[in-house]
Amino acid sequence: MSTLDDPRIVEFDVRTDEMLVNMGPQHPSTHGVLRLVLRTDGEIVSEVTPHIGYLHRCAEKIGEHLTPRQYIPYTDRMDYLAAMNMNLGWSLVVEKLMNYNLPEKARHLRVIIAELNRIASHLVAMGTYGLDLGTFSPFLYAFREREKILNLFEEACGARLTYSYLTPGGATADLPPGWNQRCEEFLKQFEPLIAEYHTLLTSNAIFIKRTAGIGVLSPELAISYGCSGPVLRGSGVDYDLRRDGEVRYTSMYDGYAFEVIVQKNGHYPKDHAYPAVPGEAVLGDCWHRFYVRMLEVMQSIDLIRQAIDRYSSSTGDWGTPIKLTTKLPKGEAYLETEAPRGQMGFFIVSDGSSIPWRVRARSSCFCNLSCAYDLCSGCLIADVPAIVGSLDIVMGEIDR
Amino acid sequence: MAANAFLDRLKKKFGDSITGANFEAIDPWIEVEPNSLPGVCRYLRDEAELKFDVLNCITAVDYFEPDPKKAAKVPWQPHLELVYHLSSITRKHTLVVKVMLPRWKDDTEGELPEVPTVSNVWRTADWHEREVYDLSGVNFLGHPNLVRILCPEDWVGYPLRKDYEMPLEYHGIRCR
Repeated sequence: MSTLDDPRIVEFDVRTDEMLVNMGPQHPSTHGVLRLVLRTDGEIVSEVTPHIGYLHRCAEKIGEHLTPRQYIPYTDRMDYLAAMNMNLGWSLVVEKLMNYNLPEKARHLRVIIAELNRIASHLVAMGTYGLDLGTFSPFLYAFREREKILNLFEEACGARLTYSYLTPGGATADLPPGWNQRCEEFLKQFEPLIAEYHTLLTSNAIFIKRTAGIGVLSPELAISYGCSGPVLRGSGVDYDLRRDGEVRYTSMYDGYAFEVIVQKNGHYPKDHAYPAVPGEAVLGDCWHRFYVRMLEVMQSIDLIRQAIDRYSSSTGDWGTPIKLTTKLPKGEAYLETEAPRGQMGFFIVSDGSSIPWRVRARSSCFCNLSCAYDLCSGCLIADVPAIVGSLDIVMGEIDR
Repeated sequence: MAANAFLDRLKKKFGDSITGANFEAIDPWIEVEPNSLPGVCRYLRDEAELKFDVLNCITAVDYFEPDPKKAAKVPWQPHLELVYHLSSITRKHTLVVKVMLPRWKDDTEGELPEVPTVSNVWRTADWHEREVYDLSGVNFLGHPNLVRILCPEDWVGYPLRKDYEMPLEYHGIRCR
């Protein structure tokens, strides 16, 4: 563990000058066009200033000129690794404004799709986190499995990355025949592989040395910064919008059995099936944030299985997408959903026409990244990619 | 706790600083007078039964109609609205706080409207206020580092205002 007071790592009698190091915007371990300015003294970072905005595409301004259904493709491009969850967030807020209730079948379809995308997103998080820390192979394993999920999505909606599948009113099409079986086959084949990933990363001695005890985020700080998702739960805060959110969102998961992934009394739910928490790990460090994501993959597999059962047995249709030029009722609505990276919120203000007066996207990564200054102050330069990687940011969502 | 219970408590504590409320809306909201905003926010965060420990989002909505023909028909006077979405992890409830501002301070075009910062109440507000300043042009008094966050530092204008016009060029790059 690299702590500053360990004399083997930091030699205090060496006099060094303060230096500003520019990391990014083109840097392999910043997950996109993020620029960090580090104030360093030798190997120690005293201050980190993130500079964002390189991917700003004015998504909120564009929303003021398009009808809600036309805006769906723009939400795809926010968090492009979890585009289905972005579609879902926007669809739900439009439905909230219109007070539109979905048929039963559409609800289960949405759970299947959203959770499947969560797995794909967490696989990328796992793979690229390995890359950040200098190991290449987990990345290949992660992308091999992610390809199969993308194949399933391609079959359902024709696109592999920017789906525009879930829309206000339901989905653009029903799942094709035989899709459920293929999805179940994938889960059956995928589930045993997770143990493999745990041996590759989670319980790997080098991985533990690089992540345990690094970048500790206290629960108070996490809440004050508005952190959400695995970053918040990795700090031990028991909060998941799928259970604690607004009724319009939680009713989607009505009747589903799942447990929020958070450490309680030193144990994670279903702890026994996985490598034990190493002694060096402190609640709220990089290792815990990573581990919460890995457990959420298991949770999602479980949820998809339940959803497929309900989907096949439920009657009704998969929902009718609202008309392109549907008049929106006057008013404003705000809704947050639990996207893979945290709480993604959309705010819509309508003046009664079919085009919203104002659209706002509350990004989860935007808040998660804002705590980088506190996390990185006083760490070693080599730990900066480890900390930023553990926050699992997507610049498309931060800059919008 | 229902939204009108929040209002009763706030009215008792802050009196005339609470200038309005709407419980008919989809998300019930309470309107606060700009200068007493930090006090109200601190109370909402610290009071044991309220405990709004998370600031989800700050949004500025510009009510202004640039087209003079349509402007005659709109039901509101031009103004800027700040919307604060709060929620509580411990109590599991939500609240919306609104602040009404003039579009320009003292109606002088170019002078930004002012509101005290809440970045010392919730740290989320630090970046969110910078974003609102950057895109909608609101001056948050007492903010530790109020500089543009998404646009470049030398950008001119506030893009999310309704009367914003894209510049013709930026450092020799054609914009429109």
